[in-house]
Amino acid sequence: MNTIVTVFYYLMTAFVAVLLVRNFLKRKSWQEEALYIIVLIPFLLRLLRLK
Amino acid sequence: MIRKTAIAALGAALAIAAGLSFYRSRHLAEPVVPGAGVSRVATLGDYFAPIKGTVNDAHVYVLEGKEPGGTVLLLGGTHPEEPAGRLASWIFAENAELSSGRLFVILTANRSASRVTRLGGAYPPDFTIPTSWGGQKFRMGDRWSDPLDQWPDPEVYLHYPTRQELAYVDIRNLNRAFPGRPNGTLTEKTCYAITELIRREEVDIAIDFHEAELQYPVISTIVAHEKGADLAAAASMFISSLEGFSIGVENSPKALRGLSHREIGDATGAMSLLLEAPEPFLDATRGRTDRKLLLTGQDEFVVRAGKRGLLFEKIDEKGWPIDVRVGRHTSTVLQLLEIWSGDHPDKAVVVSGVPRYTEVVEKGTGAFLKDPKSADPAKVAYE
Repeated sequence: MNTIVTVFYYLMTAFVAVLLVRNFLKRKSWQEEALYIIVLIPFLLRLLRLK
Repeated sequence: MIRKTAIAALGAALAIAAGLSFYRSRHLAEPVVPGAGVSRVATLGDYFAPIKGTVNDAHVYVLEGKEPGGTVLLLGGTHPEEPAGRLASWIFAENAELSSGRLFVILTANRSASRVTRLGGAYPPDFTIPTSWGGQKFRMGDRWSDPLDQWPDPEVYLHYPTRQELAYVDIRNLNRAFPGRPNGTLTEKTCYAITELIRREEVDIAIDFHEAELQYPVISTIVAHEKGADLAAAASMFISSLEGFSIGVENSPKALRGLSHREIGDATGAMSLLLEAPEPFLDATRGRTDRKLLLTGQDEFVVRAGKRGLLFEKIDEKGWPIDVRVGRHTSTVLQLLEIWSGDHPDKAVVVSGVPRYTEVVEKGTGAFLKDPKSADPAKVAYE
């Protein structure tokens, strides 16, 4: 059961990371772009199993 | 497009820097030079196969005397964020020699927890103990197993086998998961492996090294299962009159489950004891959480809390240096063993080569760490 939850967790993490990248590409102001990139970092670190 | 590329590159640089820091911390190899008293190095997986090859397949340093006697287990690193316990066990593994009995020493009982720091705690990733040969770096560690190794946490943690409800996060706390469960989580399996070691090796005394915040009432004390209450009380008296510091005794509460001092004593033939030393680094009212605070135990905010009567242990500007905390552990173990051996000559565990409190404080913990560069590489183990 834990394995299934963990797999779904990583899928959700990847999904949110994709949304963040998409929103980053859509933004027009540099402040919002920087915000999306900063928010993306912990998602990437989790997907890479670094933190 | 150029702006987006520049911001993305900046983000990538930040992610790489952070990732490298986490990776290095998680994979920092800590050398151990087993002393002449170590006859073999086993692992927890030798006592419980499912833990073999996992992150928590911890080394077990076995020291055997020429004469038969009793058997003692020292547990360091149950909570790796309490480094005096790991360092004290390091000193035993690298320096102790036995003339009778057997000593089993685990330096990092919860390896997974030693490879992560507290989320959101801004802990330093590591710290260095100064030595004459340049210093030895250790991982900082956390109280709980790394979520990368054991996840998800439940809404409520039900302790096995009592089904007592505990905080959800404590399902990853080695000192809330004893006696362990063979088909449980990584943390429960690790506890089960330690319990199996105690049963199979017929351990007489299990001693678990810890440190505590000064705002926690169980501090500067020996927490004793009822089987070890007399031994702990005698040690407390001798230590307070002979060793240069005071230590109290607390009875292991029967209603609080999962702790080593309760469950090991209940589930095995061993008497279980837990040693607590003061660590201001853990206090909630601390200031900057850095390596200096970890090693010196000096913090003006914790001192201020003490002046307002909020602490259960004294503190002044001198703090609680790591050498004081390590020395408390080594002296307490030596006193426990001396009293035990005097009372049980047929089960004696006679140890030499380990510094007492005054010697550790005078020379520093680093004086008792061995230089791995000058040791036979084949004999160096890594935690």
